[in-house]
This record gives sequence, C-alpha cells and structure tokens, in this order.
Amino acid sequence: MIPDLDRGMWRRLGVAALAGAAADLAGLALIASAAWLITRAAQQPELAALSVAIVAVRAFATSRGLFRYGERLAGHDVALRAQAATRERLYEALIPIGPLPRRGADLLSRMVDDTEAVQDLLVRCLLPAVAAAATAAIAVVMAVFLLPMAAALLTVGLAVVGIALPLAAATSARRWSARIAPVRAELAARAADLAHGAVDLAAYGARDRAVEAAMAADARLSTLERGRARLNAAALGLGIVIQGLTVAAVTLIAGRAGLGSVATAVLALTSLVAFEPALPLAAAGERLASVRAALRRLAEIRATPPAIPTSDAQEPPEAPLPPKPHDPKTHDPKAKEHHLKARDLKVEVRDLVVRYAGSPSPALDGVSLTLTPGKRVAIVGPSGAGKSTLLAALMRTVDYESGNITISDETGVSVEAREIAPESVRRAMTGLTQDPYVFQASFRDNLRLAGPDASEDDLAEAVRRARLDAWAERTGWDTQLGEDGTTVSGGQLQRLALARALLYDPPILLLDEPAEALDEPTADALLADLLDATRDHTTLLVTHRLRGLERVDEIVVLEAGRVIQRGTHTDLVEHPGYYRDLWEAEALHRQT
Amino acid sequence: MHKGLLGLARGSRAVRGHLYACVAAAVAAGLLVLVQAELLAGVLSGRFTAAVLVPFALVVAARGGLVWVQGLAAARTAAAVKTTLRRRLLSQGGPGERSGAFVTLVGRGLDALDPYLTGYLPAVAVAGVVPIAVLIRLFAADLTTALTVLLTLPLIPVFGALVGWSTRAVTERQWRALTYLGGHFLDVVRGLPTLRAFGRARHQAGVIRQVADAHRAATMRTLRVAFLSSLVLELVASLSLALVAVPVGLRLLSGSLDLTTALLVLLLAPEAYLPLRVMGTRFHAAMEGVAAADQAFALLDAGAPDSGGPMHPPPGVPEIRLEHVTVRYPGRDDAALDDVSLVIAPGERVALVGESGAGKSTLLLLLLGLVTPESGRVLVGGVDLTTADLPAWRRRLAFVPQRPHLFEGTIADNILLGADLPGLLHTATAAAYADEFVQALPAGYDTPLGERGANLSAGQRQRVALARAFCRPSAEVLLLDEPTARLDGRSEAAVIEATRALAEGRTAIVVAHRPAMVALADRVIRLANGKITPTPVGAPS
Repeated sequence: MIPDLDRGMWRRLGVAALAGAAADLAGLALIASAAWLITRAAQQPELAALSVAIVAVRAFATSRGLFRYGERLAGHDVALRAQAATRERLYEALIPIGPLPRRGADLLSRMVDDTEAVQDLLVRCLLPAVAAAATAAIAVVMAVFLLPMAAALLTVGLAVVGIALPLAAATSARRWSARIAPVRAELAARAADLAHGAVDLAAYGARDRAVEAAMAADARLSTLERGRARLNAAALGLGIVIQGLTVAAVTLIAGRAGLGSVATAVLALTSLVAFEPALPLAAAGERLASVRAALRRLAEIRATPPAIPTSDAQEPPEAPLPPKPHDPKTHDPKAKEHHLKARDLKVEVRDLVVRYAGSPSPALDGVSLTLTPGKRVAIVGPSGAGKSTLLAALMRTVDYESGNITISDETGVSVEAREIAPESVRRAMTGLTQDPYVFQASFRDNLRLAGPDASEDDLAEAVRRARLDAWAERTGWDTQLGEDGTTVSGGQLQRLALARALLYDPPILLLDEPAEALDEPTADALLADLLDATRDHTTLLVTHRLRGLERVDEIVVLEAGRVIQRGTHTDLVEHPGYYRDLWEAEALHRQT
Repeated sequence: MHKGLLGLARGSRAVRGHLYACVAAAVAAGLLVLVQAELLAGVLSGRFTAAVLVPFALVVAARGGLVWVQGLAAARTAAAVKTTLRRRLLSQGGPGERSGAFVTLVGRGLDALDPYLTGYLPAVAVAGVVPIAVLIRLFAADLTTALTVLLTLPLIPVFGALVGWSTRAVTERQWRALTYLGGHFLDVVRGLPTLRAFGRARHQAGVIRQVADAHRAATMRTLRVAFLSSLVLELVASLSLALVAVPVGLRLLSGSLDLTTALLVLLLAPEAYLPLRVMGTRFHAAMEGVAAADQAFALLDAGAPDSGGPMHPPPGVPEIRLEHVTVRYPGRDDAALDDVSLVIAPGERVALVGESGAGKSTLLLLLLGLVTPESGRVLVGGVDLTTADLPAWRRRLAFVPQRPHLFEGTIADNILLGADLPGLLHTATAAAYADEFVQALPAGYDTPLGERGANLSAGQRQRVALARAFCRPSAEVLLLDEPTARLDGRSEAAVIEATRALAEGRTAIVVAHRPAMVALADRVIRLANGKITPTPVGAPS
C-alpha cells in the first residue's frame, strides 16, 4: 500500500526516518543521562566523574530540537514529492477514462483530496512508527544490560502500546467508518434536499418534516461517532496505564534484584520516556484506516478500464472499404492517420449504435449522416435524445457498439475511426464540448491551449471571429481567469470555447450546445456570430435553439436515439412534427 | 475561544455539561502527573518504600481513566455542538446560489470543529492550569529551579510570537502562490475534457509535474521558516531541562540538595513546558475548525427568510392584485420585476409568456411568498402577503416548479410531499398521467428516488410534480412553471392534459412555453425585462 517511490525518494525517506529516530533517541538519552547525573551526584563523587554526563545532557538537549527540525523538513519534502508522483499517475490514469458520472465535480474534489493521503501516510503514520520502534529498541537494549528481566517487561509493555493498540485502533476505525459512511451519505443527501429543494418544500409546507428527517440522520451519526470516540479514548487511556504500570513493575523488580540507586533511576526513567513516541501511534493507527480507504479509492480509479478499448487501435480489423490495390499506404492504418491532416475530409456515419453500460436501451440507435466538405449539419431534439452522445462518439470519448464512422480524404483513402488512435480522430474532428472549462490562467493561455504554436495574429483572428475582441480588449489578454481570477460570464465562456475551437481549426468542427445556459438575446447573438464564422466550414452543430438554422444545409431531429426527421429548415417547418412545434413555441416568446 | 461557539456552548445545558466534564477531566489528568512524579521520585530516591508503588499504580490508573472520560466527554461536546449548529443551519435553509458550499458545510465542514473542541480547547485549559501548578510545587521544592523554569517558560510564547510575526510576511507573500499551485491539479483534472478535445491532455502531465515541483519548492521555503517556531519550542523545553539538571547535579555534589527533591525537579520541569507544546501542535488543526465555525455563524447571521405575519386572506378563491411591485435580487442592479401592477380575478386562467429572465418565475415565487417586493404590495383576497400567515396561505396553493426536486425517499413519498391524505396517492398519480411509468419502475411506488435513487426523465419529473399538485384537491390557486427543456412527445401531451384538468375550478397562473399550454389560458400576459408589455395582435387569447 506504500506508493511506489523511486530510489531518490526512498533515500530521502530514509534520511527523514533517521532524523526522526535521532530526535526521539536524543530525548531518551537526555533523560537517561540526566537521571544518571543526578543520582550519581547524590553519591558525591569527584566532579570529574560527572563531567561526561554534564556534556552529554547539554548535547542531547540541543540536538533533540535540531534533529526534530531536520525530520520535519525532510519528511515534508519527501511527502510532497510522493504526493506529486501520485497526482501525476492519477492524471495519466484519468486521460483514457471517459466522461465522469453526474456529480462529477464532487467526485473530482474528493479524488484530489485523496492524493493527500499519501502525505498523511508518510508524515503521520510511517515516520512516527519508525522513530518509536528505534527508541523502543534502544531502550530495551539498555535495559538488557542493566537488568534482563526488566528488559522483558519493557518489551511487553512497549509491544502492547506500540503495536497492539495501534492495530486495534486501525481495525476499529475501519469498522466504525464502514458503519458511519452510509449514515453520513444519508445526512448529505438530506441536506442537499433541503438546499436544492427549498422552494418545493416551502410550497408544500414540508420543510419541518425534511429538517426532522435530516436531524434523525444526524442523531444516528452522533451515536455512531460517540461509539467510535469511546473506543479511541479507551486506547489512549490504556496506553497511559500500561506505561505507568510498566515503570512501576520495572522499579519494583529493580529494587528486588538489588540494583543500585543509579541504575534503578536510569532504568525507571528510561522506561518512562521510551513510551512517549509509542503513545501517539494509536491515533496514527486510526488515521491509517482512512489513509488506506483513500489509497484504495485511488487504486480503483487507476484500475478503471479506458472508455475506448486501446487494443482496437493496435490491432485494427480489416479496412471496411476495399483499399486501392496499388496504394500500399492503405494497408497501414498508421499511414492512413497521416491523411487525416488533409483539410477536405468527409465523414460518413452509418447505423451508429451506442449503449452506455447498465442501460437497457441504447443512447444512439442506428443513426446515419454524412458530412461532405463544407457542409453544415445541425442536430436538434429533446433532452436525452442522444445529441451529445453522437458528438462524443465522433470525438471517440465514447465507444460505439456497432455501425461505422468512416473518415475519407479527397483522394478516396478512407479509414474507420476505430482503427486509429482516438487522439488522431480528434485531430480531424473536435471543437466546442459540452462542458467548456476556464483554467486558472491568463486569457491568452486559456486560448492558446488550443493552438500552442499559434501566432498573436492567429489568436486575435480567432477572438475576433468569436466576437470576443471587445471583451478581450476590455479585460486584457494577460488577466488571470478561473476560480480566483476574473469571473467569466456564461456568454463569454461559450465565446471563449468557440474561439478555442476556431483557433484549433479542425477539418470538421463539432459544436455542442454553444448557446447552452445563455439568456435569449445573448444566445441568438452567439448563434448568429457562429453561423457567420463557420461559413463554408464542415460543421456539426448540436443546438436546442432554432433561430438561424435556415442557414445550415441539413437539420437532423433526434428522439430517443433515432432520427425522426431530417431536411432543411424550410422543409421541416412545412410539415407537422417535432420541429414545427418547437419553432412555433420559440416564436411564442418573441415579439418580433 | 471562538465567540459564537462559546455562546452556543453556554446557551445549551447539555453542551455546557459535556464541555465542563471534558475540560475538568483533562485538567485533573494533568494535575495527577504531579502526584505521579512525587511518588516516583520518592521511591527512586529511597525515601519511600517499594509499597508506595501501589498508590503510584492507582494514580496511573486514575490518569488513564480520566483520559478516557475526557475522550468521551469531548466526543459528546462535539456531537452536541454539531447537532445544534446543524439544526439551526438546516432550519434556516441554504441560500440558493451557494447551495453546494452549504451542503458541504452541514456535512464534512462541521467535522472540522472536532479537533478544535476535542483537542484544542482541553489543551488550552490544561496549559492554563498545569504549568502554574508545577511552578508552585517547584517553588516549594527548590527556589533555583523554580526561578529557572519561571524565567524560561515565557520564552515559549514570546519566541513563538516573534517567529510567527517574522514569518507572517513570508507566509503571506507565499500564500497566494501556494493556493494557486495547490489548486492547479484540481483545475487541470476538472478541465480534462477540454484538454482532451484539443489534444493537450498528455502534454499537461508534464506541466503537472513542473507545477508540483514549484509547489513543493515554495512550500518548503515556507515550512523552513514556519517550523522554526516548533524548533524554538523544542529547544527551550529541552535546554531548560539541561539548565535544571546540571546545576541540580552540582548542588547535589556539594550536599546542598537532597536526592528526592532533585529527582522530583527533574521529573516535574518538563511537565511545565509540555502543555504549551501540546497546545501549539493542536493550534493549526483547530484553526480549520474556527474557519468552519465562522462560515456557519456567517450563514446564520444572514438571517432566515421572512415568515410573514398573522393575517389570513378570507376563505374562497381569492382575487390576486399586484400594486407597483418591484423585485430586486441581492447583488443585482436591474430589477427582476419592475413596477408591475396586475389584477387576476378569482378563477381566471392566465398564461405568462416572455423570454427567459423576463421575470415570469419571479412572479410565481412572489405569490408563494418566497420573494418579497422591494416596493409595492401583493394582495391576496385584500390581505398584504407580507402580513399574511405564509404557511397557511401556501396550503391553499398547488405549485408545479419548472425543475421539480426529487427528494431522498420513495416515489410515493415524493408525490405525497406535504400531503395529509395518503389515500390520494393513486388517484393523483393517475390524474397526472404518471401511474403508467411509476408502475413500470422496478419497485413501483416504493422505488427510491433522489440523489442516490433512480433517474427520471425531465417529463417524468414534471409529472411527479403534477401528481404532487393533484394531492391538494382543495387548492384554490395553481402556480405552474412549464419546463423550457423540450419533453419527449408522450410526456408533453400528458403534461398539457393534466394541467388542463388541474386548472379546472381554480385560479391558474401558468408560465407557458408552448402554444398548446397558452391555449389553455383565458388571458396572456407578456413580460419583458421585468415589465408587462402589451400582447401583440394575433396572439392566442
């Protein structure tokens, strides 16, 4: 369960562990030498007999603090390195995983928090355990020289406090967490009900009842948390009792064995202090339970199969179209990928079926459409009809069950999307995805991610075509955007995403609900600008607004994963059906 | 001590009792260390016989017991405080916009109070009592040692403050950079779909490494300074031990001190510093609790929404009258409703149309009493809504929101939300054309819904909300917000048919998006930018 650290990190971890052990040992030696100094001085020897002890006391007193400082720095350094490595591996594992389920945002924050468990594991569990073990070992060795019987007692006491209690704490913490987690989830769901359903509850006078339901979950949570605390407190109290009883027993048998007063004092006080690093390990054991849970969740994510089976790209099936016999390139999908860089690509979708895992009915059920160079197609339909799924399938973030997506260039060389790497497909067709994101970066960098090699002129051109130039001038190209930066309104976000898509300039431009979440005047303006900007550019546009669609070449109406209507705006408005209903409904709200 | 939490702990007898028990046990356990040191020093110096180890063992057992009691009482304190805060927060309700933060606060957020209440508070009490007790005992035993400890003890807070003061500038300078770098990973992971779309996902893995390295370097720079304060604590504590032990040894040599006192001093001196160090180590975790408490009290101070007055509109279907009503949402310059005057006769059916953001939904919330006008009056049956008993008024309404919330619980619970007559379940569901799909669900009416339950389509959700409204057969006013998202064909026809039935015999105010829905109305009111505009000629009426 310890994350795979490289050699350098193991070395650093070793340094931290050594420093930590040295700090605790200095504390042990400080007490032992001080006890020796005092009891020996009481026998009134020559001053010279004490000089070594005096120096030792001072040296150990100084070094303890310095070693501790060193341990903290080295420990945090290695913990941060381990966390960085964990995050990098997690990110690499996330790349091929498809879209996350709903409530994905919470899931992501949880996941990012989980990577902090690696820090906890090293700094709060592993290093203290190593230091406690080293201290215990040295104390026992010292005791062996003074009185072997006492050493045996001390070993038992330390083993109970340093091993048995932490293990028991870890086990109990795991059991209690398993009982607490569902109650906690219920409380969260009830609180979410009260927050998100506030209007419904008020209208139906059901607020009090919902509060009581939430408080019932809280009461159960409180009971469980008290139960957990009772066990943890017992582990803590038990540790203190065992420490004291061990010291008493060691003192007693030292007296019986006739050990001198100096040796007895050194033995008793060493025993007392040897427990100090071991006592907090019960709490570390408790923490270990949550650390393990977090690391297990991360391992599960890393074990998630990719959305697109990678073997497909490596072992391509036979090309669906007969290759030209004298063109050797067509036998090699890698070589065909090369052709996708051509500008004038044609995409043919035939009988496409997409089914999400665990869903009985397919999300796309035999959809066909053709995008010839320069053609613009719009997809409309009710929510849940499969519009976004179609785009995801074209972008290869979702796999298709059957059917074909064939990409061909003007020379007739064609390739099936499955045969080549998803990244290559996205070089041919991509654009504005359903959830455009503003990164915590400057406006320029937010745009440039879609064109790392683009010139300033290219950037300005994309911004101008997305009608974002006025905003860019006002806000500034180097202004920080994102969470802590300048807020970007919904309309500006969609325009930024459009500018990115225009800058990337794929042969086939995909646009998923570019006017989503905008108020109507803004949405109309954006769609109009977008239709201007994509003139003569092969485009597939998913939209729920119909205004301006008379300018596209074909409109495809989807419902429940099937094409129910297709044609131009003029055709569709003439015939009764979904499209005409929607057009009339939209007209209802317009005064003009 | 956090002011709000203190007030809360004082105000509740249960919380107060647990808190006092917890603090008392912690202080008593701390004081027993003095007794334990006394007995051990006596035995080791030979002043006491080995039989004294029996009371020593008893003292140790008592300390263990007190630590256990402290843990129990602390857990009870924390649970009681969290329960009290949760109840207050939940009763007040979350603000709509930041509901995500509200849910987090009510759940995990309040758990940050645990280290504060169970760890830091008792440590503060112990730090306030035990060092003084140790000092008194030391003064009685040996003046020189007592003076040494008395003079070095203040060094801990003084140096702590000095280091803290000198590091604050560094830390504050680094803070922004640290937050940015720390947040970078979450930022990239959230934006992964965008990066994927533009083929930048793999490239970003290297950037993550670079940023993480920069983050580590910056963090370590801060930590090198921040850990200085604990270095000072540690050094003062252990050097003081040396400062005590060496002179004590020399005085023993000269015979001016007896061994029992010397051992007692050696055992007690570290105990004077320990509580301060414990308090220091618990401070950081406790500050997160303070932040959580601040957040909770800020929400509570924001105050509960207005609950109206004692007045009851006269029985019977009321006339609804808006007089120059202006509504403005906090933080917005433009009014959601701008000087709107309107009369809706009893039994009239009104369709509200207009572009999104025109104020249609605000008008419904206004009639529900969930939004109060900035100026103007809303009169129902001649009674101003701000003076009306709102829960009683709402019982006379049937409300179908645009995006109905599905609650944790079964579909039957969801339909019967707030209904007093469970017998209506089947008739209401049938009237809303929802019985067919409900019966097709895996467990029928007992199918769990909500965040962790089954997913319903937009049309099915809407029909559940209609069934809720049908559970109020005596409602006098129907308020319905038609969904803007297109429903599938079956749902749409069912929703319109059910609405027609529901509007029968009552006043109906319907936010309509479809011609078929507008056709149900006696009158069409068009809103634009928060104002009523004349209905264009040719509109359905």
